[in-house]
Amino acid sequence: MTTPNHPDGSDREDSPVTLTRGPELIVGLIIMGLAALVISDSMRVGTGWGDEGPQAGYFPFYVGLILLASSGLIVLRTLLTWGAAKAVFATREELVPVFQMLVPMVIYVVAMVYLGIYLPSALLIGYFMRRHGGFAWPLTLGVSIGVPLVFFLVFEKWFLVPLPKGPIENLLGF
Amino acid sequence: MEEVNNLFGGFAVALTLPNILYMLIGITLGVLIGVLPGLGGANGIAILLPLTFSMDPTSAIIMLSCIYWGALFGGAITSILFNIPGEPWSVATTFDGYPMAQQGKAAQALTAAFTSSFIGAFFAVALITFLAPVLAKFALNFGPAEYFAVQLLTFCSFVGMSKEPPTKVIVAMMLGFALAAVGMDTVTGQLRMTYGFPVLLKGFDFLIAVIGLFGIGEILLTMEEGLAFKGKSAKLNPKVVWETWKTLPQYWLTFLRSTAIGCWMGITPGGATPASFMSYGIAQRMSKEPESFGKGQIEGVLAPETAAHAAGTSALLPMLTLGIPGSPTAAVLLGGLMIWGLQPGPMLFVEHKDFVWGLIASMYLGNIVGLLVVLTTVPYWAAFLRIPFSVIAPVIVVICAIGAYTVHSAMFDVVMMLVFGVVGYLFKKLKYPMAPLVLALVLGDMAEASFRQSMLLSQGDVSIFWSNKLVGAISSLAMLMLIWPLLGSMKSLVSRKAT
Repeated sequence: MTTPNHPDGSDREDSPVTLTRGPELIVGLIIMGLAALVISDSMRVGTGWGDEGPQAGYFPFYVGLILLASSGLIVLRTLLTWGAAKAVFATREELVPVFQMLVPMVIYVVAMVYLGIYLPSALLIGYFMRRHGGFAWPLTLGVSIGVPLVFFLVFEKWFLVPLPKGPIENLLGF
Repeated sequence: MEEVNNLFGGFAVALTLPNILYMLIGITLGVLIGVLPGLGGANGIAILLPLTFSMDPTSAIIMLSCIYWGALFGGAITSILFNIPGEPWSVATTFDGYPMAQQGKAAQALTAAFTSSFIGAFFAVALITFLAPVLAKFALNFGPAEYFAVQLLTFCSFVGMSKEPPTKVIVAMMLGFALAAVGMDTVTGQLRMTYGFPVLLKGFDFLIAVIGLFGIGEILLTMEEGLAFKGKSAKLNPKVVWETWKTLPQYWLTFLRSTAIGCWMGITPGGATPASFMSYGIAQRMSKEPESFGKGQIEGVLAPETAAHAAGTSALLPMLTLGIPGSPTAAVLLGGLMIWGLQPGPMLFVEHKDFVWGLIASMYLGNIVGLLVVLTTVPYWAAFLRIPFSVIAPVIVVICAIGAYTVHSAMFDVVMMLVFGVVGYLFKKLKYPMAPLVLALVLGDMAEASFRQSMLLSQGDVSIFWSNKLVGAISSLAMLMLIWPLLGSMKSLVSRKAT
């Protein structure tokens, strides 16, 4: 990811902006990398004609080639217009809230692996309500405990779909 | 009139008490999904799909398709009252819908939007009723080469008709095909692109991709825009509805034109969003007073809403008859059908008549129920949007996580959802289209299978795709679609030289 405060040289604006060319190049290169993975593995399983017809890599090999060519074009075009590129990806004011959402979300998913879904969900909702909504504690607690509880009832009790549970739920006997 | 008889049989299937109840639940959930940012028709259905696994397939698909109708209706509410399109296809509705609300004509705008959605959908369902059996019968004779040609046409149409740069459409599409190929090869049983990771054996499920790309990605985008909900309130009373309805017949030509655009864009995978924009643009161009558009012209609400609903509905036609979905939401419904063991395609019309006609009948009923529900409950939905985003956003993240987990009860899927979410955000910002990625992921295995079977038949000779008139015509059309952007840029080059 590009950092929002990265001085991009050409712009001298008050608010630091990230130009589109940076993320464009990075995404293009990542896709080229993926294309290389697709091609190399297709070559491993065989891209030609086997005893019973086309081999396993026959179709993905061409998919990988087209992917490599088209992402290569995007990278090339980005590099060729590098100096003239003015398109703005996002300003700093826009990127900050995106990361304010993304970072807790990553922590949430990691926490889910160890703690099950209910406790991290309550914490995520509670964190957002306090940090960004400025709600009073009683309402925050009510919503952040109430919502996972509703999901528990709907999924586990009504539709009988089990959701991931952690040590807390085990202690409670679920 | 075999279709009419079948349709009445379908009504008998759909008009049972539990099914009508599922319709109501579906519509209500759908409107909720349409109103909330970050939840849309495609990922909303993807999240709710696991809940229907234990249901009877007919009831399940009725509920799921009703969620879709509900989402189509719901998108208009936020566009008109809050100037926030709840769904991408209702962006064009904000152009005139929000000015109307500002002028105190919110009720008229909403009535117009709901009614035109209903009309668009109704015509599209009628089209499905009479065209689907014909198309299905026709497709019964399709061999692998024909199937691959139709799939090729679907994907090439994306290149030809998207407003995104062609290279990016192709990248998105090929990425979808590559992701679809991960896991065990269905023909040889060999493992592909798993690179020794056991979690990759199953491959990537497109439901996870849909939830991440459209759900998490949308939340990140909404954060960036820094939402402040400042909306108009609305109350619909029967008098305003009636008064508005009386003015609508004079716009019959707009309805007709928008329906035609919508149906065309829905069957070919243009989708509801471009259909709504195109319809708005044409309505403006054809209007006697084009300058009144954007300032609260009722036609500016009618045109995009009719087209969006017509496109959204008719996207189910190729899904049911050929097994090729015309939109991401149709793809999710297709995924549902396959989970219940129903293989969409021409054989569905032969082997599961009850199911097909029950579904088609439910489209009529669902849209009537939907219209009644939204007309009577608008104020409550507007209240939902007054809940601050700091509460809605984490709740939607939790819903998406639950949805991703329940697909296969796997934590890896939740992690992948997050990855797809970031990809969705970056793709949206960098103007990569997401629909081709999702459709390629869904159709990847099928396209590969039909391609390999064709190659097997012809011993590796691609001329099989031009071996008879039918397959040749489809393949040629596909090639035309593929080079369409090139033709366009050549034309503009020539005209620039001429001036």
